[in-house]
Amino acid sequence: MLPVSYYIGLSAVLFTIGALGVLIRRNAIIIFMSVELMLNAANLAFVSFARLYNALDGQIFVFFVMAVAAAEVAVGLALIVAIFETKKSIDIDQMNHLKG
Amino acid sequence: MNADLIVFSGLALVAIVAALGMIFSRNAVYSAIFLILNFVTVAIFYLILDASFIALTQVTIYAGAIMVLFLFVIMLLGAEQVGRTPGNLWMRPTAILLGLVLLGEMVYLIFLQRDLAPMMPPVAARFGSPAQVGEELFSHYLLPFEVTSILLLSAMIGAIVLTKRKSR
Repeated sequence: MLPVSYYIGLSAVLFTIGALGVLIRRNAIIIFMSVELMLNAANLAFVSFARLYNALDGQIFVFFVMAVAAAEVAVGLALIVAIFETKKSIDIDQMNHLKG
Repeated sequence: MNADLIVFSGLALVAIVAALGMIFSRNAVYSAIFLILNFVTVAIFYLILDASFIALTQVTIYAGAIMVLFLFVIMLLGAEQVGRTPGNLWMRPTAILLGLVLLGEMVYLIFLQRDLAPMMPPVAARFGSPAQVGEELFSHYLLPFEVTSILLLSAMIGAIVLTKRKSR
């Protein structure tokens, strides 16, 4: 069994890749998928610390994070579909109606 | 170079390459499939970390439900065709620079405090099994469990209301 810093380092790398995805891409669905990647990286950190301290609370938290992520994906994708009905595009650069 | 390190390195490489493929792919369906590969790899990490219930929950919910939902929406919207337009040229290099700064800080904090993170102790064989997760979930975490049911109900109602066609 490797030291916990390896798993936390991997979680950090995956989180950074997810953050880069949110910043670089303009497709709303890819941005959403990058947010899911960030949530997954946080879950990995939770599970590794749960293993380190022999406490199950980290895994329970991961369970709730997954439930919240599922609810968020349902509502977020419904929002994207609703926006597509009006604007016929999911390019976030074109969603600038609130621009002053 | 023991077997643990080899297995970890191989899986970590697959996870990182899948994540990079997800954000750099031009086709949204390929991105979704790369993300599925990443989720399954992370589920294998959960199995290594003695979280068997969470590993299978990950495969069922993330790879099995959430990504299927993503693929439905991608195929519904025809989302592959978001092309490359000029826009703000300073945005992409700045984002990459900030991402590298973030990664550098995290790696510094993790690996220069190595003495604070000891090796993992052995745990009971029951750790992370569905029985133990169930005991914990229904005793100490009963209130969040019930609140989650309300959350899922509101998400369902929200998704239905948002996609309802307006009747004339």
